[in-house]
Amino acid sequence: MSNKLPIIEFESVDKFYGKFHALKNVSISVNPGERMVICGPSGSGKSTLIRCINGLESHNSGKLTVDGVEVFEGSKNIIKLRQEIGMVFQQFNLFPHLTVLENLTIGPIKVRKISKPEAELMARKYLERVHIPEQAEKYPAELSGGQQQRVAIARSLCMESKILLFDEPTSALDPEMINEVLDVMVELADSGMTMVCVTHEMGFARKVADTMVFMDEGKIIEVAPPDKFFSKPDSDRCREFLEQILEH
Amino acid sequence: MKSSDSISLQGLPVRRPPPLNRFFSSTPVSIIIYCCIVGAILYSSFTGAQSMGYNWQWYQIPKYIYTYTEDGFQFGELMLGLWKTITLSFTAFILAMVIGLLVALLRLSGLLIGTKVAICFLEFVRNVPLLVLVYLFYYVLGPVFKYDRYTASILCLAVYHSALISEILRAGINAVAQGQWEAAKSIGMNKTQMYRYIILPQSIRFMLPPMTGEVVHMVKSSAIVSVIAVAELTTLGQNIISDTYMAFEIWFTIAIIYMIVILILSIGASQVEKRYTVTN
Repeated sequence: MSNKLPIIEFESVDKFYGKFHALKNVSISVNPGERMVICGPSGSGKSTLIRCINGLESHNSGKLTVDGVEVFEGSKNIIKLRQEIGMVFQQFNLFPHLTVLENLTIGPIKVRKISKPEAELMARKYLERVHIPEQAEKYPAELSGGQQQRVAIARSLCMESKILLFDEPTSALDPEMINEVLDVMVELADSGMTMVCVTHEMGFARKVADTMVFMDEGKIIEVAPPDKFFSKPDSDRCREFLEQILEH
Repeated sequence: MKSSDSISLQGLPVRRPPPLNRFFSSTPVSIIIYCCIVGAILYSSFTGAQSMGYNWQWYQIPKYIYTYTEDGFQFGELMLGLWKTITLSFTAFILAMVIGLLVALLRLSGLLIGTKVAICFLEFVRNVPLLVLVYLFYYVLGPVFKYDRYTASILCLAVYHSALISEILRAGINAVAQGQWEAAKSIGMNKTQMYRYIILPQSIRFMLPPMTGEVVHMVKSSAIVSVIAVAELTTLGQNIISDTYMAFEIWFTIAIIYMIVILILSIGASQVEKRYTVTN
């Protein structure tokens, strides 16, 4: 696949929850290696958008293509495709019945069919990268929230996927841990990882993003590089929102 | 002032509960009350039996449990019946688990036809009395599919309990947080892998308490197959009574045998339960 083709492409995508119109005619594309940050008020559809990418939500009309594969409900390719898309959740969603090491290796061993020693070696490498190699044998419940989220990030890294999705990953993190998560993400971006991140951390967005996206009421209002986005956004709604959250 | 108050209160005993409460909650009084109630029940049944001229023959009972002759040690009829009850319940329980899991997965499959089939099955089994189900499996389905009474009893118990077990499984699976499904999906697991590695291991601790209740229920309801004369504990008891007319002794003995077996099961189950809650 040529580097110029987008790796994720939404074309006129609509999504309904019953009568609620969650995504309204959304068209947007993400290039390989691009770091996109999506922000917007609650209920604006940003989580829905990101969850459509790996098929956790299915859209009702329009076309969504990820890594050259069309995503739709009941698509046979989606399971294979998900191996190429890592996801980090707001609530971590670690497997509580498995140790940290098992959390990291279960995907590689069971899904990617990598041998156990090889998977453990890789898991320890990524635990090192998120700075908690000493927690490998513990259960998630024994870790702090910040540590749990770092395990969750390591878990997605272990799948060695092409795309990483972050659904408000820092909302539940301790402040001093945000930077080190950020460092890991910058490293990943440098290694050619495509990232889509929903977050309210504007300082973080300014440092990391190639593209900023602002959503409101299911629509994409603004797409701009961070310089332009933070200094002179085109839409009033976006300016209002930024004023609100940048006040502090 | 305040601090000196708290110092003067230090070490002072807390007020004790009123004397009447203390009297009734003390161990010796509880034991005495318990003994009085049990004694009254035993006494009234004994005097009742005597007034109807019942001839107690407890000395006859041991030979139905075991005999010890020159030929060596041998289990009596009741123990053979108990063995049959246990094997019958065990086989039926395994089968019920398999059917129950299938029904639960059908119900959770999200397929319209699967859900409907599962609900029809559940409603049928839950709304027909077990006794009728036994007759149905033996007198109707038995001749049609040409199986014997033992098979009929296993099938009937398995089907009846599979309905209850499928609901336990479904509740246990639903009790696992939604985020676990999403996390499992996001690392590319298919449905089978999600169930096997992520969902079922976590639902076990939700399922264990009601499932142990179900095992006990199974052993108890296995007695009902005596109506189609499967040679289990209750049937053999009836046979002995029709030979010897020792209704009181035999029924007491059978009740105690069931009680012992079920107590053992319950204790074992609570041990298993404890082990599972510690790891989580």
